[in-house]
Amino acid sequence: MAELLHLDALVKRFGGLTATDGVTLDVADGEIHALIGPNGAGKTTLIHQIAGSLAPDAGRIRFNGVDVTRMSLHLRTQLGLARSYQVVSLFRRLSVRDNLAFAVQARTGSTFQFWRAAADQQPLFDEARELAARVDLADRLDAPARTLAHGEQRRLEIGLALATRPRLLLLDEPLAGLGPEESARMVDLVSGLRSHCTLLLVEHDMDAVFRLADRVSVLVNGRIIATGTPDEIRVHREVRRAYLGDDVAVHDA
Amino acid sequence: MALQLHHRASPAVVVTLLAALAALPAITHAIDEPFYLVLASRILLYALAATSLNLLVGFGGMVSFGHAAFFGTGAYVVAIAASHGLDSAWTAWPLAMGVAAFAALVIGAISLRTRGVYFIMITLAFAQMMFYVFVSLKAYGGEDGLPLPHRSVAGAGLDLKSDTTFYYVTLALVAAASGLLWRLVNSRFGRALQGIRENETRMEAVGFPVYRIKLAAFVIAGAIAGLAGALAANQSDMAGPAMLHWNQSGTLLVMVILGGTGRFLGPALGAAVLLLLEEFVSAYTMHWQFYVGAVLLAVVMFLPGGLASMFAGRRRDG
Repeated sequence: MAELLHLDALVKRFGGLTATDGVTLDVADGEIHALIGPNGAGKTTLIHQIAGSLAPDAGRIRFNGVDVTRMSLHLRTQLGLARSYQVVSLFRRLSVRDNLAFAVQARTGSTFQFWRAAADQQPLFDEARELAARVDLADRLDAPARTLAHGEQRRLEIGLALATRPRLLLLDEPLAGLGPEESARMVDLVSGLRSHCTLLLVEHDMDAVFRLADRVSVLVNGRIIATGTPDEIRVHREVRRAYLGDDVAVHDA
Repeated sequence: MALQLHHRASPAVVVTLLAALAALPAITHAIDEPFYLVLASRILLYALAATSLNLLVGFGGMVSFGHAAFFGTGAYVVAIAASHGLDSAWTAWPLAMGVAAFAALVIGAISLRTRGVYFIMITLAFAQMMFYVFVSLKAYGGEDGLPLPHRSVAGAGLDLKSDTTFYYVTLALVAAASGLLWRLVNSRFGRALQGIRENETRMEAVGFPVYRIKLAAFVIAGAIAGLAGALAANQSDMAGPAMLHWNQSGTLLVMVILGGTGRFLGPALGAAVLLLLEEFVSAYTMHWQFYVGAVLLAVVMFLPGGLASMFAGRRRDG
């Protein structure tokens, strides 16, 4: 499979701490690639650099053949690189419909339109409704985002990212803080995205990771120590020692 | 209820308001109080300046503490042009808007790289710099300001020296500019601007060119403030550095907050209430600012949505 995202020797330092220490990573077109690692391994820092909200100190990021290392956040989004946030970032006072319509408007361009009333532009809201249906929020269109339950907010978060019609979607811990029922629903939703876009998934829930991912990369102390299929990762010696812990390995065996 | 991005204008309110304003000269004439017409022109042009500031504060979430810079620039452009013999309203007023827009482009391009309190301070600093520039222009009156040799010449049978004609011209321009701003607020651009007010980072992450949108709004607001300043120079027959002083920026912000940022017509109401209070309370006591301050305090404490929130229910729910 062709590679969609290529990270080449990426480095990010915060003072004396090297949060990203020479990360080289390929994400193939069409796969679900999971990024796992213990707390503080630098997963979110890496996602920030790929999305464009943090600039790396060294190394390169290529997306779909284009060097995006120094490209701004909104231009990356227009190229098809979208992210959802670990801590939900929504338009809290606005309805689900308006939340999604923003993302549709951003993608369809012509924001420098000063005269025609946007409220009459039905295509914006038609697509917002379709998106709401895709993330299971069709019956919540008029609710302000801040009144949604946590699981619903997470799904809206993904809806906002989907509205940009990404080729690569960065999902930062989509299951964080969800109960078992909501988790199962989210895993189904993420699994359903497979046919729409490539996914780079950061997640702590190992059951979900091993169920969803085509390939898994393991990040420890800012370095990728292994990349492989879930089965390969499960038996990888270094990964077991550094991350999964022997008891998990025993439990799996 | 979710916060609404579309700001409806009730045709009944707009028609009634315009009809009342159009009838005002007949009323002041009938009661033989021509001064009230002069006051009304002043209120109208300040209403426009406050409405343009509200595009930034209320709709864009950018608290600019330097809006008087553009208001004063507009006034000075008209006075300086007139001192060089360029007294046609058809060239001097668009020129005032153009120069104010250019000033806003330069100041905005730098200030909009900051946020929050820093943005407030940097816009204040730029406006004060402009204040000192005009104070130091001895050729154009320095501290004393520059009197207009005469009001702008409009042609087409309009004699702006007549307070009634000036009132109607002001009313027409303020109504037209407000109408444009209202369309703008409800357009795709206005939606994006309000989205930036709600969550700037998210707007960028879904793909909006946030900086350019904010800068465009800043320039438009600056141009409209420049028009209000051009009218102000004509109304008071002079341009003075006080028009750019931070006091003036503060007054415009007070108008916006007093009237309410949540509603399109709030700042216009705030301008009317503030100037009427100033006019009538100062007739009784030289400590009028104390009473105006008390009113502002009461509004902020008991009507956080501003005076406009008393009408037709609450707009904000957050």
